[in-house]
Amino acid sequence: MTIVSDRAFSVSRLPGFATIAVTVLVMLYLPIVLLVLFAFNAGPSPAIWEGFSLHWFPRAWANEQVKEATIRSLVIATSAAIISTSVAVLAALGTTRRRKSPGQTFVYLMINQPLMVPEIVTAVALLILFGFIKVATGYQGLGYLILAHSAFCIPFAYLPIRARLEGMDITLEIAAADLYATPWQAFRHVTLPMLMPAVAAGFMLAFITSLDDVIISLFVKSAGQDTLPTYMLGQIRRNMTVEVNAISTLLIGLTVILLTAFFLLTRERNRPQK
Amino acid sequence: MSSAAEIAAERKERRRSWLLSAPALFVLLFAASGPLLIILVYSFLPPGKYGNVEWGFSLDAWVGILYSRDIFDGTYKLADAHLTIFWRSLKLSLYTTLFTFLVGFPTAWFIATRSAQMRAVLLFLITIPFWTNLLVRTFAINQLIRNEGVVNTFLIWTGVIDTPIQIVYTDFAVFLGMTYVYLPLMVLPLYATIDRFDMRLLEAGCDLYASRWQVLRHVIVPVVKPGIIAGSILVFIPSLGAYVTPRILGGGRNMMIGNFIDLQFGAGRNWPLGAALSVTLLLAVAVALFVYVRYATRDDNRV
Repeated sequence: MTIVSDRAFSVSRLPGFATIAVTVLVMLYLPIVLLVLFAFNAGPSPAIWEGFSLHWFPRAWANEQVKEATIRSLVIATSAAIISTSVAVLAALGTTRRRKSPGQTFVYLMINQPLMVPEIVTAVALLILFGFIKVATGYQGLGYLILAHSAFCIPFAYLPIRARLEGMDITLEIAAADLYATPWQAFRHVTLPMLMPAVAAGFMLAFITSLDDVIISLFVKSAGQDTLPTYMLGQIRRNMTVEVNAISTLLIGLTVILLTAFFLLTRERNRPQK
Repeated sequence: MSSAAEIAAERKERRRSWLLSAPALFVLLFAASGPLLIILVYSFLPPGKYGNVEWGFSLDAWVGILYSRDIFDGTYKLADAHLTIFWRSLKLSLYTTLFTFLVGFPTAWFIATRSAQMRAVLLFLITIPFWTNLLVRTFAINQLIRNEGVVNTFLIWTGVIDTPIQIVYTDFAVFLGMTYVYLPLMVLPLYATIDRFDMRLLEAGCDLYASRWQVLRHVIVPVVKPGIIAGSILVFIPSLGAYVTPRILGGGRNMMIGNFIDLQFGAGRNWPLGAALSVTLLLAVAVALFVYVRYATRDDNRV
């Protein structure tokens, strides 16, 4: 390759960068692809291929523990996503499109706090706090997990909603107010419909975040309250079977579907504004 | 408009803002920020015999972070085992940060210099692993490198080796796993800054007879520095507090601070020590964030 002749095109191309980038992308997917591939293995090993089979999926589902953990994970993720998205919408309405104030900085810090504090620290803190409450009230239910998940999902729900609000055209709401809409009517019929894609996007990020959580769930759950990730973590000690691959494959599939929806929603949002 | 009415409107606006933020703040105070204070309190209590704590005041937990007391003669000496764990956490986090940068930078650069359509596709490809369950990704690495894993099975099958190479349950495995799971956190902020980079600066550099290396060193790096700092912080902080990856890939002997904290609340039965370690980890993260904020704001001022 002669550097001088193609310089006009290639000033931005640095030698070796393309090779590294392609290697990185391949390496990023290779482990996941193999994990998914072996979920369809006929044999019992996640490393020795013995032919294609779908039998691990019904087998995993036939496992009572897996079934219960799946349902529990979905209940927690749905509840936590609803709660965190609801409070995030309100907080975003309260913190955007107004003059900056010290109070606002405090709210930002609080909302982003779960992104900064190591999860293990929050986990042991919640272990202690909820331990007290469990003894005091005798309540052992899913409420603790839902509450803990709601808290760390808030920043994920908040960020897309805030971004959308900040980019939104305020004149429409002023027009609504001019036409004698009450603040609630303006919100209900003007702001909320425009905000909806971001609310859905925030909900999905919160849902994925909750579904992924291991550490906080591990410390907060009461006996017999395994979520899908904590169940999977428990399996690592035993002889790993392809069952884990099957569950992982479903989780990956769900993530890809939700992410694709997220991207479509946020792309929709940018289009009319351009 | 009179200023009194303005002030009243402003006050009303402020109250409305607080009221709207209140539910979120309540959830966060109750289940995220507030409990951190309990940890601070617990670090000053004596441990209970069977876990938990007794009520009283004790600095044992804080002393216990660095020193261990001899059971027989009561003398204090440096706790080597603890130091090993701290050193491992710091070392592996730094290695991970450095290595994710070394491979992440070319990747981000490559993506940023593609066509708009290609960029969107490649970014999506980086984002999927980022949102894929961390546990699942760690499992994927584990299945690859374990003794009965894909790599060893393949190498034995081809006859390159006779006995499996021990990769899993080593520091290297933890480093490999963390690099794998945290790489997108480095690539995404790097991409964001490179994407804004004016490529004409490169041409200017080349026209002035700078070598590619000189251009990289004197033109690109200063401009994308905010992205480098952001990516490094985003990788370093979760690495330092990592729990899942060292547990699955490091096993019981290659603990990091996160696992060491967990141990105190489990078999170690020393909750105050666990609490003191948690506060220490929190402080380490705070220092890293402080450095980040200082650098980031300084760069803003300069530009």
